[in-house]
Amino acid sequence: MSRGPLRRGPRPDWGSDESHCGILHVDMDAFFASVELVRRPHLRGRPVIVGGESRGVVLAATYEARAFGVHSAMPMAQARRMCPQAIVLPPDQAAYRAASVAVMAILGQVTALVEKVSVDEAFLDVSGARRRLGSPTVIAEQIRERVRRELDLPCSVGIASTKFVAKLASGMAKPDGVLLIPRAATVPFLHSLPVGSLWGVGERTEAALARWGITTVAQLADSEVATVQRAVGKVAGAHLHDLAWGRDPRPVTPVRQEKSIGAESTLPEDTADRSVLETHLVSLADRTATQLRERGLVARTVSLKVRSADFRTLTRSRTLGVPTDTAREVSLAARELLAGVDLGGQAVRLVGVRAEGLTASTTRPLTLEESVDDGHAPQRRAEQAMDEVRRRFGAGAVRAASVVDATSRTSTILEPPGDLS
Amino acid sequence: MRFRVDRDVLAEAVTWTARSLPTRPPVPVLAGVRLEADANGLVQLSSFDYEVSARSEIAADVVEAGTVLVSGRLLAEISRALPAKPVDVVLEGSKVTVTCGASRFTLLTMPVEDYPALPAMPAVVGTIAGPELTEAVAQVTVAASRDDTLPLLTGVRMEIEGEKITLLATDRYRLALRELSWTPATPGHESIALVRARTLSDAAKSLGSSEQVTVALSTGAGVDLIGFEAGGRHTTSLLVDGDYPAVRRLFPDETPIHAVVSRQALTEASRRVALVAERNTSIRLAFSEGQVVLNAGQGDDAQASEALEAALTGEDITVAFNPQFLLDGLGALSTEFVRMSFTHPNKPVEFTGQAALDGDDDSSYRYLLVPIRFAS
Repeated sequence: MSRGPLRRGPRPDWGSDESHCGILHVDMDAFFASVELVRRPHLRGRPVIVGGESRGVVLAATYEARAFGVHSAMPMAQARRMCPQAIVLPPDQAAYRAASVAVMAILGQVTALVEKVSVDEAFLDVSGARRRLGSPTVIAEQIRERVRRELDLPCSVGIASTKFVAKLASGMAKPDGVLLIPRAATVPFLHSLPVGSLWGVGERTEAALARWGITTVAQLADSEVATVQRAVGKVAGAHLHDLAWGRDPRPVTPVRQEKSIGAESTLPEDTADRSVLETHLVSLADRTATQLRERGLVARTVSLKVRSADFRTLTRSRTLGVPTDTAREVSLAARELLAGVDLGGQAVRLVGVRAEGLTASTTRPLTLEESVDDGHAPQRRAEQAMDEVRRRFGAGAVRAASVVDATSRTSTILEPPGDLS
Repeated sequence: MRFRVDRDVLAEAVTWTARSLPTRPPVPVLAGVRLEADANGLVQLSSFDYEVSARSEIAADVVEAGTVLVSGRLLAEISRALPAKPVDVVLEGSKVTVTCGASRFTLLTMPVEDYPALPAMPAVVGTIAGPELTEAVAQVTVAASRDDTLPLLTGVRMEIEGEKITLLATDRYRLALRELSWTPATPGHESIALVRARTLSDAAKSLGSSEQVTVALSTGAGVDLIGFEAGGRHTTSLLVDGDYPAVRRLFPDETPIHAVVSRQALTEASRRVALVAERNTSIRLAFSEGQVVLNAGQGDDAQASEALEAALTGEDITVAFNPQFLLDGLGALSTEFVRMSFTHPNKPVEFTGQAALDGDDDSSYRYLLVPIRFAS
């Protein structure tokens, strides 16, 4: 979901020439909140926020809530102040994943060229489907209609000649709309935007560019590449300058290699007690490792994220001798990293564990023990049994004894929607 | 305190005593070496970091007895750099001067009274021949884990049964076992100790040049300590705590297939072929009658292969290894030939040394390595 303010007024029309516009960006509208509304239809039309109950952040908000200024990644306390009448629902990651799978299945029937960006958005290359299914706008409407009819979920679609313009277009199309940016209109369209809309320009880059007087894409495009590079670095500078002229050669690549998998949680209350933090790490490592096994991946590097009460965030990472997908090894590494963190007397607000350097688990070397016992080391076996129990009885059915009390009140987010990060 | 000593004697003793001093000690005194000169013409040097202690004795012309604590690292560097002349070490007020020929150094001292007492040497349990200890320790520590998240596996398990000592180490992917004989202080002595691999190899390296190394051990009651002594040098270390996993069962009971290859030739060929094996990729060894073909790399990547003579008993077999683990195993052996014993391409392979092509293998050292699975 978009972090930007709700766009008001009529959608500008950039023309209707669909030739050369084969890229679709499908983005679910207020995804988590919309999924909640499917099973709670009586809440339709009311401001609904999905997120951690007492603390934590907003993961999704309906447009009714956004009208009050609520947006994703906003601290929940602030959201509640802005919209006290909002109904706050705790996140149900299993339901969102299931809905995501269903959406992706529909997209997969349109074309094989689907690149999943996150749980709630994907790129499609439909340039080869024109004959079979019709023009890109027709296909976009078909997708929206099927997702609405079969899953009762709204989505928006951006159509353009490149991926990043399609993504910008879907953002402009929200809520529940379609926007086509013809190839000839790409540059004028881009030049109508503030520089912060460009893919990859966050607050820091925006500030760095602003110091050079660049606040709009048009100004960025008219600047010397060297100037932009001086502001934001060589590689990023050249890339942004290209984007400002609509140059984005990246194709839609169906199998997107996931770079990392992780989980983080905002603690119910700030704490400097390392034993409490370690308990959280156990549960986060468990969630991370479960995801690794679910996807048949192993991680070579484990990273730890710690945010202190004063909102300073630091990360530490450690490369393992051998890639792993067990919670035990992930949590041991995370604990080791935590031991090396100097909190400087600050209490901790959030901890996160992330598995990086992912490869297919078939490449994981077996230990002597696993090899002798036909691939079943006790630890892996125990965790695989936990996977099985959770498949049958739900995510909360089994967890490590040490985490039972500590985590029952935290909000743990597993895979936030892509544009949160 | 005032004494005169030969420069080589001093340099060697300080270097040895200060060898395991921490670079960033939790308290400054722990970076020190304590020098204690007595009226009998002996200077005792000691260091301790609460885990490992070291003590050595040298003969010197002691003019005035006394004790000082100075930076071990600095004293070691200075004494190694001095010209080959007699060295005078004198305490003057709160400073120590080291004079040798025309060179003169002044070192600050640290308060001796703040220095912790070194643990007493535990009871002697027996003696091992120095060279054999050095070899055995090098052979097993190669398989010990360097990953501190698994402290148990950073240790070497030492099992003493009468006149036999067994050393065992594993990082879960390979397992090394060495049996050696020694002379126990009391016949039929039995004990088990888990010693940090780093400490053990350090002790073996620094004392192994002596003919005999005395081993001292205290387990069970109070502090678990191991001590080694040779040529006036004593070192002690805390033992690693915990139950070592039952790893002996991992050795195969029967190996229907085995191959004997020249160890040197296989080592060199493996090194060459491994050049194209990127990180995490394997080197494959395909054994058939009379030969083994090594190859690495596949698909679009760089590839290499090499064939060697090999005496194969049993069916043809192909296994893949982590190149470094393979080289570690070959390097731990010192025999002319290596015997590799197999049960199945995906089951652990046992490496043993063998003196002659058609002889028996020497099972006093066994290196067990798990192969990497590969799609055939």
